[in-house]
Amino acid sequence: MAAIRNGLTAVNDFFSTRVGRILFFVVLAAITLFMPVFFQAAGNVFMVRIFALVGIYVLLALGLNIIVGSAGLLNLGYIAFYAVGAYAGMNLGFLVQELLVGLEFFGEAPENWSYWMLLPFAAIPGVVAGIAIGAPVLRLRGDYLAIVTLGFGEIVRIAITNDIFGLTNGASGLPGVGQTVAPAAGQLWARENLSTGNFIFSKDLFWYYVIIALVLFTIFVITRLDNSRLGRAWVAMREDEVAASSVGVNILTTKLWAFALGAAWGGIAGHTYAYWVGFISPESFNFMESVLIVCMVVLGGMGSIPGVILGAVLITAVPELIRAIATSPALSGLLTPEQAAAVGDYRFLIFGGLMVVMMAIRPQGFLPSKRRARELKPVDDTILAQENQQLWEAEHKHDSDSDII
Amino acid sequence: MSVELGIVLQQFVNGLTLGGMYALLALGYTLVYGILLMINFAHAEMFMFGAYVGLFTLQGLSQIPFFTSSGSALLLLYVLTFLVAMVATGILGVVIERFAYRPLRHAPRLAPLISAIGVSLFLQNAALLWISSRSLPFPVLFEVRAFKVGGASISSMQIMIIGITILLMLVLDSFVSRTRLGKSMRATSQDRDTAGLMGIDINRVIALTFFIGPALGAAAGIFSGMYYGNIKYNMGFIPGIKAFTAAVVGGIGNLRGAMLGGFLLGLLESLAAAYISTGYKDVIAFVILIIVLIFKPGGLLGESVAEKV
Repeated sequence: MAAIRNGLTAVNDFFSTRVGRILFFVVLAAITLFMPVFFQAAGNVFMVRIFALVGIYVLLALGLNIIVGSAGLLNLGYIAFYAVGAYAGMNLGFLVQELLVGLEFFGEAPENWSYWMLLPFAAIPGVVAGIAIGAPVLRLRGDYLAIVTLGFGEIVRIAITNDIFGLTNGASGLPGVGQTVAPAAGQLWARENLSTGNFIFSKDLFWYYVIIALVLFTIFVITRLDNSRLGRAWVAMREDEVAASSVGVNILTTKLWAFALGAAWGGIAGHTYAYWVGFISPESFNFMESVLIVCMVVLGGMGSIPGVILGAVLITAVPELIRAIATSPALSGLLTPEQAAAVGDYRFLIFGGLMVVMMAIRPQGFLPSKRRARELKPVDDTILAQENQQLWEAEHKHDSDSDII
Repeated sequence: MSVELGIVLQQFVNGLTLGGMYALLALGYTLVYGILLMINFAHAEMFMFGAYVGLFTLQGLSQIPFFTSSGSALLLLYVLTFLVAMVATGILGVVIERFAYRPLRHAPRLAPLISAIGVSLFLQNAALLWISSRSLPFPVLFEVRAFKVGGASISSMQIMIIGITILLMLVLDSFVSRTRLGKSMRATSQDRDTAGLMGIDINRVIALTFFIGPALGAAAGIFSGMYYGNIKYNMGFIPGIKAFTAAVVGGIGNLRGAMLGGFLLGLLESLAAAYISTGYKDVIAFVILIIVLIFKPGGLLGESVAEKV
């Protein structure tokens, strides 16, 4: 155990150095940008889809990270924001498509612009849902909040299943009979102009790059947020609510901002997922999905952007990758198809066990944020020594000051 | 809308039966919360685990001809089933506390909650993978009779469930208020550190709490299996949330509150299912939870306690 822990710390330290950091980013960028092209060229559309799906979960995990990681509010119903975003995106899309038809300004297929036209507003349904649930319940203590948000997630799922307002088509999902989801503008262009020979610039590849662009935008915004006045207010509130409020942080507003901004990314991810897959049903938005996203944030490292991304990648991709590798012809002797399928089945069992173990030995996650690690594991000897040093220096500075006076 | 007395009475009895199960499960949440101030998210799986142990014990013992030979032997069979399931689930509860929660006793409050979600996920999927992903039939070996009372049909099963629930509650209530161990539980929930200074073995009291709660949850699980006729790996999730709601409605940490809350929630839910909508039946509990937490966060019988700084 200690070896693993030291190993992780060493990896973390290496990537904190300048060389390590540049090397890491170059490799990461290469994998992110070119691996899906490679898979597409090899005709493995399945892997391209996995890459895009990982991207969606990275968006969701980063959004939830604002709520759980930055502000320290456990939300067990995050999937509701994703669902609201997806259903709002689809329904508004149907409206916008009708309005656009006949406008020559948008070219031959004006309905294709509905995704892009709605994207700037995709966060709004999520934000509205976030504020609607946040405003009444954010006064509650942390653990009550977890259960209430869980209840909220279930209410949304049940409402969708019961075809609320006639907008969700119940259990059979959207699009219903007579409705179509138009491919986003650019998708067909890319297919015609960027395909060469056997390589087809497929729908999934197109959406992969859209999602990656959104992820980069999210990382940019969240980094800026973390260093903002609001970000510091979140940290202060998370560490001690009473102390934070006594130095002028408005607790309720600060919490509400966390809910609204976190939910915004649920909305954007839902909108994008709906247009990418072209089909949504209540099954995609169950409680287990919420738990998975919480797992990503917790296992990766609450409050840490690289950690959360790592968590999302590990939890989404690893079971699928193992299954894909195990079922590939090259390794057919290694695992039987039944065993390979079992790997996927066992993932929840493993994640559950992992959550318990992580809370006991490494509550700060695989790639923790430095501040969060100190808060969750104050018994770390090196940090304790550092803090004692700072304390000693502060005291002695004070001594010398008083000498002068 | 004309309200027929028979239908109201029918829903009242159905609601009491349902409420009894919620109340038994709610006691586990409230006991743990009273002492450790944590939501034992894995408690819902105790309901499921108890039902499975009950089913296997019942199936195993009913192979022995003696148990099905006479009425009193059948009664013994059921008593044994309940005992085995309750003890086994109680032991599971103690084991979970020892390995998943005890190391986190001084951690921030989010940590044990996340650990509990992990335990819940683990147990549910263990049942899914190692027992069955389908629902299993839960046999009823005795003849269920129905009594007609004022237009409503009340089954002997419902009477049995309500009766045993009330019996278990009375036993628990007198255990906590009359015995020495019960007194040490009350002391621990008031102030853990001071109770420790007074010579109470805190770890033993917490372990006892984690035995009693799951044992009662197991009884509720068997009732659920008998009443609905089948059990499934995810059967604990919805009743778990509702029982937690019941505990909060009654005032979390308060035993009598949990009992009251359970019956109240069961009644409201039955009546709402009959008069509002069956599709939204499960939403009602969540709406009640949110309303209670906003307007009376201390619950009906609980006192509102300011968070200690």
